[in-house]
Amino acid sequence: MGFFDRLKEGLTKTRKGFTEKIEQLVSGYATIDDEFLDDLEAVLIAADVGVKTVAALIADIKAGVKAKQINSPDDLVPFLKTRIAAILAAGEGAPRQAETGPTVIMVVGVNGVGKTTTIAKLGHYYREQGRRVLLAAGDTFRAAASEQLEIWGGRIGAEVIRHKEGSDPAAVAFDAVQAAKARNADLLIVDTAGRLHTKSNLMEELKKVHRVIARELPGAPHEVLLVLDATTGQNALSQARLFKEAVEISGLVLTKLDGTAKGGVIVAVKSELGVPVKWIGVGEKMEDLRPFVASDFASALFGDR
Amino acid sequence: MVFEGLADKLQQTFKKLRGRGKLSEADVNDAMREVRMALLEADVNFKVVKDFVAKVKERAVGHDVLESLTPAQQVIKIVNDELTNLMGGTQSRIAISPKPPTVVMLVGLQGAGKTTTAGKLALLLKKQNKRPLLVAADVYRPAAIKQLEVLGEKLEIPVFTLGDKEKPVVIAKKAVEHAQAYANDIVLIDTAGRLHINAELMDELKAVKQTVRPHEILLVVDAMTGQDAVTVAESFNNDLGLDGVILTKLDGDARGGAALSVKAVTGCPIKFAGMGEKLEALEPFHPDRMASRILGMGDVLSLIEKAEQAIDIDKAQALEKKLRKEEFTLDDFLDQLQQVRKLGSIDQILGMIPGMGGLTKKLQGAEFDEKQLKQVEAIIRSMTKKERRDPNIINGSRRKRIAAGSGTRVQDVNRLLKQFADARKMMKQFQQHQKSGRKGGFKLPFMR
Ligand SMILES: Nc1nc2c(ncn2[C@@H]2O[C@H](COP(=O)(O)OP(=O)(O)OP(=O)(O)O)[C@@H](O)[C@H]2O)c(=O)[nH]1
Ligand SMILES: Nc1nc2c(ncn2[C@@H]2O[C@H](COP(=O)(O)OP(=O)(O)OP(=O)(O)O)[C@@H](O)[C@H]2O)c(=O)[nH]1
Ligand SMILES: [Mg+2]
Ligand SMILES: [Mg+2]
Repeated sequence: MGFFDRLKEGLTKTRKGFTEKIEQLVSGYATIDDEFLDDLEAVLIAADVGVKTVAALIADIKAGVKAKQINSPDDLVPFLKTRIAAILAAGEGAPRQAETGPTVIMVVGVNGVGKTTTIAKLGHYYREQGRRVLLAAGDTFRAAASEQLEIWGGRIGAEVIRHKEGSDPAAVAFDAVQAAKARNADLLIVDTAGRLHTKSNLMEELKKVHRVIARELPGAPHEVLLVLDATTGQNALSQARLFKEAVEISGLVLTKLDGTAKGGVIVAVKSELGVPVKWIGVGEKMEDLRPFVASDFASALFGDR
Repeated sequence: MVFEGLADKLQQTFKKLRGRGKLSEADVNDAMREVRMALLEADVNFKVVKDFVAKVKERAVGHDVLESLTPAQQVIKIVNDELTNLMGGTQSRIAISPKPPTVVMLVGLQGAGKTTTAGKLALLLKKQNKRPLLVAADVYRPAAIKQLEVLGEKLEIPVFTLGDKEKPVVIAKKAVEHAQAYANDIVLIDTAGRLHINAELMDELKAVKQTVRPHEILLVVDAMTGQDAVTVAESFNNDLGLDGVILTKLDGDARGGAALSVKAVTGCPIKFAGMGEKLEALEPFHPDRMASRILGMGDVLSLIEKAEQAIDIDKAQALEKKLRKEEFTLDDFLDQLQQVRKLGSIDQILGMIPGMGGLTKKLQGAEFDEKQLKQVEAIIRSMTKKERRDPNIINGSRRKRIAAGSGTRVQDVNRLLKQFADARKMMKQFQQHQKSGRKGGFKLPFMR
């Protein structure tokens, strides 16, 4: 059999539900042996949890077996879910808000992860609560980025502050903060252009936007949300590290969880950087935003959606 | 650097192998564990990794260690060759239909880079004296049409749109008719991003395919994609029959294992690499570069190649024998240095190694700097043949003569002789360690 054929056959096997697979595992193995752990490892790696984190989790399992917290294979998945949920839940809390005046949320991330759409969703969420929302079109680089945000603004009933393409994003942020104060907005959400975390000039530009917001409104930005695409693999770690270094992110948004990718890399992101996941995106519509629930996420890592 | 180099780890793994004849299965298993880790960290799909590792193992077991003084590098080379082969040759072109217009459709997940890539391809084709027509068939994403129009305007390339009220099938059909009427020889259809599991939207693409029969359907894949790349690529391929892949956002630090995954499940050539947001940033895809990138090794491979060319295998084997018989002379020492020098300056060599690899450390440990190398060379050259063979005869007056002849100071000559004596002693110890099966800490480069 050729390489591709073998692979195809293998993939068909892996695609079978993991829940089903784990059930098979549980009934098929008398004890938690290495083979069992190998299969479990495959489940987690397939969910993008990453080899190092998986190794740490497997070590936890071994400790759990020793400590008699795990006595049979049936105990194993619940044990792991609890463990992963605990990692993810630490530091969870309500979104930070300004005591008086507008709350400013800045949204950052690499290209195409869903920043602008997430802003629309967040705006919609707060509009539903009767808040006055203002959006800042801080992506002055990508073709029709402002138009995109403007269309969303129209749909959710939020005003959009925009300059023309190619202008300084810090100037947009400046104007937007002034407008938010003058118009008594409850919330200002600042869109930024997608940028790869490795491009230092673009990261400097982002810092400048952040500085301007902080200077014009003490205490702001109250939240800096890093948007991560659930389809992304281990590179999300590098993204989170470098964005955190540049603008001290306060929370994560995990988008595109309506697909088949599980976004397991956030377990590593969370345990390394301590930044909590606040929201998840589950579609392209403005309603498709959910608060992040660690235990649900942990369960989903093992099951098919 | 986030990832410790695979080269380093393999070096560690193979340390214990010195002096043995062939790589045993157990040795190779150890090495393959490292290879597996490296590939998984690079986001190659775990299933693809498993099969790949099995394949490499077959080739590596029984490989002759003596033939290669550097088994770690040999294994890396095998891994790299296999990776490169698997990713296929360079086929960075759009197959032009003899009967114009050539129709190309870009498909993929949300945000992968389809619209930007459509603009990039249009520019590339325009430079080749084609007359491309961009087609706005994304009727869902807010301002998707406008985005393409802005790109078209910048590039001075026409954009065909019927607004967002018509169905993509209709838009595509009318666009091809338009191209025929206006002598556009290439039609580039930008489609909306969609999930591979969205049956309705996948059916929409199938309908477009049925209607306009594209010559090329290209899947646009984000280089940062993780394990799910295989699922996505396989679905798109099953539903549409892909002709090629374009990998985007390779200008970042993603290791890009998705390239391998996608290639493995679709068998389609990876045609281009997106290297930035600018419209010029589209490059031919290089399987060999991608392989080293996935392995996280920077230019280490080109270094290995250089080493292979520069280092004379026969000489190296003769040296190995001498080492064993403890007949290592200053001539051999000089010879070693010259072989290293052939690789370029030490700075250059170090520069090729990402993240302070094992070799870097070794060289630093030995405190070789460029100037010192030249000095050492001069000193040894000023010795007689006899002196080089038997440094013990080099007394005070000979030292003075050598210093004068090489334009150095007597202290420099003393230091070299001391270093050489130390090296010899180390080798002796090393040989004994080998015999007693303990690990050695011998430090000359390229001798492992
Ligand atoms: N399926 C799905 N698609 C999403 C989700 N969030 C965003 N998208 C889609 O992803 C694509 C990119 O979204 P944008 O909001 O434009 O992403 P961005 O990060 O602002 O992109 P840039 O500004 O170009 O860097 C669009 O097609 C969105 O509709 C989600 O949760 N699920
Ligand atoms: N750094 C970098 N960014 C890229 C590259 N290709 C595309 N992008 C950016 O990625 C983001 C998404 O690109 P689009 O072309 O809008 O992606 P799309 O697939 O058309 O998105 P949807 O239509 O929403 O599915 C934009 O910010 C682009 O500028 C690339 O090669 N490198
Ligand atoms: Mg955006
Ligand atoms: Mg698009």
